[in-house]
Amino acid sequence: MSTETIDLKTKLITDFHARESVMNGEAKSAFHQKKRAAIAQFDELGFPTIKNEEWKYSNVRDLISASYNFNASDTLSADDLVDLKMPEQAANILYFVNGHYNAALSTMVSSTDQIIIDSLQNAYKNNPELVNSYFDELVKDDTDSFTSLNTAFAHDGVFIHVPDNKTVEHPVILRFVSDSRQENIGSQPRNIIAVGKNAHVKIAEAFRTIGEQRSFTNVVTEINVGEEAGVEYYKVQNESENAYHIGTTQVRMLEKSHFYAATVTLNGKFTRNNLNIVIDGEHCEAYMYGLYFPDGTQHVDNHTVADHRKPNSESNELYKGILRDKSKGVFNGKIFVRPDAQKTNAFQSCKNIVLSTEATMYTKPQLEIFADDVKCSHGTTTGQIDEEALFYMRSRGISKPEAMSLLMFAFCADVVSQIKIDSIREYLENVIAEKLSEK
Amino acid sequence: MLSINGLRASIEGKEILKGINLEIKPGEVHAIMGPNGSGKSTLASVLAGREEYEVTGGNVIFDGKELLELAAEERAAEGIFLAFQYPVEIPGVTTINFLKTAVNEIRKYNGQEPLDAARFLKMVREKAKLVSMNDSLLKRALNEGFSGGEKKRNEIFQMAVLEPKLAILDETDSGLDIDALRIVAEGVNSLRSPERSAIVVTHYQRLLDYIVPDFVHVLYKGRIVKSGGKELAFELEEKGYDWIKAEVEAEEVNQ
Repeated sequence: MSTETIDLKTKLITDFHARESVMNGEAKSAFHQKKRAAIAQFDELGFPTIKNEEWKYSNVRDLISASYNFNASDTLSADDLVDLKMPEQAANILYFVNGHYNAALSTMVSSTDQIIIDSLQNAYKNNPELVNSYFDELVKDDTDSFTSLNTAFAHDGVFIHVPDNKTVEHPVILRFVSDSRQENIGSQPRNIIAVGKNAHVKIAEAFRTIGEQRSFTNVVTEINVGEEAGVEYYKVQNESENAYHIGTTQVRMLEKSHFYAATVTLNGKFTRNNLNIVIDGEHCEAYMYGLYFPDGTQHVDNHTVADHRKPNSESNELYKGILRDKSKGVFNGKIFVRPDAQKTNAFQSCKNIVLSTEATMYTKPQLEIFADDVKCSHGTTTGQIDEEALFYMRSRGISKPEAMSLLMFAFCADVVSQIKIDSIREYLENVIAEKLSEK
Repeated sequence: MLSINGLRASIEGKEILKGINLEIKPGEVHAIMGPNGSGKSTLASVLAGREEYEVTGGNVIFDGKELLELAAEERAAEGIFLAFQYPVEIPGVTTINFLKTAVNEIRKYNGQEPLDAARFLKMVREKAKLVSMNDSLLKRALNEGFSGGEKKRNEIFQMAVLEPKLAILDETDSGLDIDALRIVAEGVNSLRSPERSAIVVTHYQRLLDYIVPDFVHVLYKGRIVKSGGKELAFELEEKGYDWIKAEVEAEEVNQ
């Protein structure tokens, strides 16, 4: 391995101990003990190589060959955001710049008896026990070294708590902006979302970049879905050509809860999304939708897990991708049905259109079923645009590029139409239409 | 309007059309009949511009233009319409959005401004009435989950909207019950005019009870082996195709 690999790892570990040495008493807290365990795990695991089965098609060598400033100050102003054309909506909108909460740019509209939204840093300051009771609880068994790294450095991000029986009318939109105009930027946001019994909320994470230098985002989101609760969670990535993104969203669902996720990756140099759902209650419904649309030499990897631990629940998954140029896509979908999880219904589908002979899609469904009374199905397709549909449209006077564009837009619409935050759905429709008209 | 001269076409190296000659004048309706595998649908596909077919000889002049040099979408914009034997289901694209795109792409080709939404909708509603097409189908994804009859009706509806100079109906009667057949035929007839022509490809005479042709041609082994008036269709209905096959084979022996 190159010496640079060792460099980033060593540098991060050194940074951790340097920070620890100036702590004033806090080093003994339960919160910090979790971080200490995490850095030890990161030290042991190191960055993954392609020998690691989970990273077989996604090589992070390029990502870790550079250095990043993880402590860059926040220099973003409202004017800088104009070019990003962020969609407007009556919503709780929180900005995180280079990983740090920016109160000046943020707006809250929901009342605090409906929902508590705070930066992780403030929330910990105000109520360390509450935050600590959720922190790292869902991902502590994760053997992914990026997750350990995030835990070790968890400093800021969002803390959301929806009390029992509250339905939050306005969505929460978290906007993570990397400002890489001056230098390579690293950020490791950590989000904790706890949704109480019979509570309902819509939450979106949007990732954007300003600037031409590299950005490296390593985000972890832990979502607790209470009994009978309903959570809609959308992750939207439209970052720069030099953006590296690793993210893990870990979800735990309790009895009779519903969870909807849509993960849409439109731009970014290298993207790895892990979405892991543990279905830890009966009569739960989990939905996972995904869309990726890489071009150039972009790389998008989606790993998902639906882990059925209790009987009578259902998971549905649909991931779709359009790959152009020399782009690469990876889909790995695991379904576990544990011995107790009888009467599970689990469905998975991954459909891809590969528009160039130089683009590659790797798909791997993995079903591990330990119960005997279950319904599970999976299917993946990878192909070109349907020639018969294309001819049908052309025979009505629609030019070939326009026909392709209509067909691809329709292909994406299956996923985009699932997004129930209007401004985000419309924004995605516009960006997709723009991307389709480019070539 | 349409002049087909010695047209030969093959697919995957197999020659299907072996020298077709046909003249169609404005306002005429020509029926193309013939046994299965004679090349009827191939002729329809080649005229509409399906790229899997390779033209190996002859030419086609449509309104003074070399038709075979135009792409499928250009042919449509010039006024050719193919009603598909098996209309394609296109999930995610509504019929209305599809047609709006088609109408405006054709207008653009012909140097016209796009239709505004209100005028387009008004026009589409009128045409839908013409083929008794339910408005609710317009908002659904194109042909997705449509019954066989609905799909064929949708073809005729699209034809009514696009108002082609030459309509090619490829076995539009297949899979239709008698009521659906009547509605489809009425739609076609309402579009007949001294300027518009049609080629009706069909295996059975039944459709021709409703869409009465000016000429009937029999296609067999890739050539037109017999032409006549509408009475030829009745003769075929009565006697089948065997006597024609026998005639052709006798001729082949003599040659």
